[in-house]
Amino acid sequence: MNFPAELQYSRSHEWIRMEDGVAVIGISDFAQSELGDVVFVNLPEVGDDTTAGEAFGDVESVKAVSDLVCPVTGTVCEVNEELLDSPEKLNEDCYGAWIIKVENITETEDLLNAAEYEAFTQEEG
Amino acid sequence: MKLIFEKSVPGRRCAILPDCDVEQVSLPEELRRETAPALPELSEVDLSRHYTQLNQRVHGVNCGFYPLGSCTMKYNPRIDEDMAALPGFTGVHPLAPAHAVEGCREVLDTAAAYLREITGMDGMTFQPAAGAHGEFTGVLLIKQYHRSRGDLGRKKIIVPDSAHGTNPATAAMCGFEVVNIPSGPDGCVDLEALKAVLGEDTAGLMLTNPNTVGLFDPNILEITRLVHEAGGLCYYDGANLNAVMGVVRPGDMGFDCIHMNLHKTFATPHGGGGPGACAVGCKAFLKPFLPASRLMDGEGHIQVRSFAGNFLVVVRALTYLMTLGREGIPEAAENAVLNANYLMHQIKGSFSPAFDRICMHEFVLNLSGYKKETGVSALDVAKSLIDYGMHPPTMYFPMIVHEALMLEPTETESKETLDWAAQVFRQLYELGKTDPEAMHAAPHHAQIGRPDEVRAARTPVVRWTKP
Repeated sequence: MNFPAELQYSRSHEWIRMEDGVAVIGISDFAQSELGDVVFVNLPEVGDDTTAGEAFGDVESVKAVSDLVCPVTGTVCEVNEELLDSPEKLNEDCYGAWIIKVENITETEDLLNAAEYEAFTQEEG
Repeated sequence: MKLIFEKSVPGRRCAILPDCDVEQVSLPEELRRETAPALPELSEVDLSRHYTQLNQRVHGVNCGFYPLGSCTMKYNPRIDEDMAALPGFTGVHPLAPAHAVEGCREVLDTAAAYLREITGMDGMTFQPAAGAHGEFTGVLLIKQYHRSRGDLGRKKIIVPDSAHGTNPATAAMCGFEVVNIPSGPDGCVDLEALKAVLGEDTAGLMLTNPNTVGLFDPNILEITRLVHEAGGLCYYDGANLNAVMGVVRPGDMGFDCIHMNLHKTFATPHGGGGPGACAVGCKAFLKPFLPASRLMDGEGHIQVRSFAGNFLVVVRALTYLMTLGREGIPEAAENAVLNANYLMHQIKGSFSPAFDRICMHEFVLNLSGYKKETGVSALDVAKSLIDYGMHPPTMYFPMIVHEALMLEPTETESKETLDWAAQVFRQLYELGKTDPEAMHAAPHHAQIGRPDEVRAARTPVVRWTKP
């Protein structure tokens, strides 16, 4: 399984990358593999507030519907609308297919680096 | 197999209508459709064969073992169907005057009295059409109770993470915020997690007991006490009532309202789209908010469904209750629990139970270790069971168990059937170790093997269009 070293990870299996104060958020390789084929993504709207540790949307796979948990408190400044028509991108290229971008960040949950996250997924699985 | 539309031949008919013996009237021009509806046109024999063919392609409880966890696919005694087919029940008009349908009213009153006794509730309605509708009705009772007291700050409904998906959906549909609490390592409610979320904004808790992994929560009295202390109410999801009916009463556990899926616990064939029926019960202080039917309670009540609900399902439930009686109802629950424990014990040693302790009417296997070892998933095992003429158990639920298979054998299965089922599971356990490829490709003998669920979900075709 692939966990790029330049990203940080949450315990609820989202990855996060900081770009000039904006948090780019997606789901990890472990998350997409556990979910199986994603068939639907429910996204927030630009301008919505997010709270660290709370759901900002959900993904539906053949198996189940799972919450997408936001690792930061802030405001959504961009959503990847391509996912609405092509949810399979989350399976095909989970690190390329970002889900939302969040700005005005006031709080960030305690995140893991790639090595810590990999160890965490081994305990989970 | 061809669709019924593809078998259609223009002009072919299967019904000879009797002569019209009343004055003919025509719809006003503006109400008529411009083109005829695209209905299939078949002869009676083709129609009959079509449905028989469909019937041969499905697996029902009358075909074989059907251990679908959390859904209680029990065998439905024939006498229930006989009673529901009595012309006095099938021929009544929903708007008939009360004096003409006293027998129907007695069915509803008697069934309500029995179910109040079984659940420990004071009020009962048969209005809701099925389980989720009943949940909706029950949670609206909670909402109206708080509103009637001017207690408007109670916005949250607490739901454990092992709950049926309908519970959080219901709470959200009723306008509440859903608060998920994690289960403890034993699959039961984590009391500390519960205490942490209880407060002045708690409207209620939705719970099923035995819970979704088939375990009776030993802290149930403490749980309901804590919720009441915080000013919330307790809602009992009757999905798992089959394990405890006639043995222990939700009302005595501290629940304030409850729904029961009459079609699963009290014998009506289900799983094919209905109709089901739901009884919603409540304690006396919630009775003023209960919807009611004109037939049972006269005019002027709030209704959540037309007329008397799905009345014939209540007839079946009453027949079931009267056939089994005061001794038979708890005995059915006890046999359901005994059968589940026996089957779990027989399978143990091959696939591992998720919780290795005495279960109630169902149990969950955890195949995550087995999948790591062999590459064979819960889905592969489920698909392989089809080749043996067994309906697969519920899979990938509850979500707190990875690679879950959830089995509920129900009370009517004999020891021979359970022994056979356990042997099939043990055989598959060995097969996965020696020939995992065979299981990835299963089923090998079914009419439909592995439909493309992903494509069906992403690009569903839900309507036939004329080519």
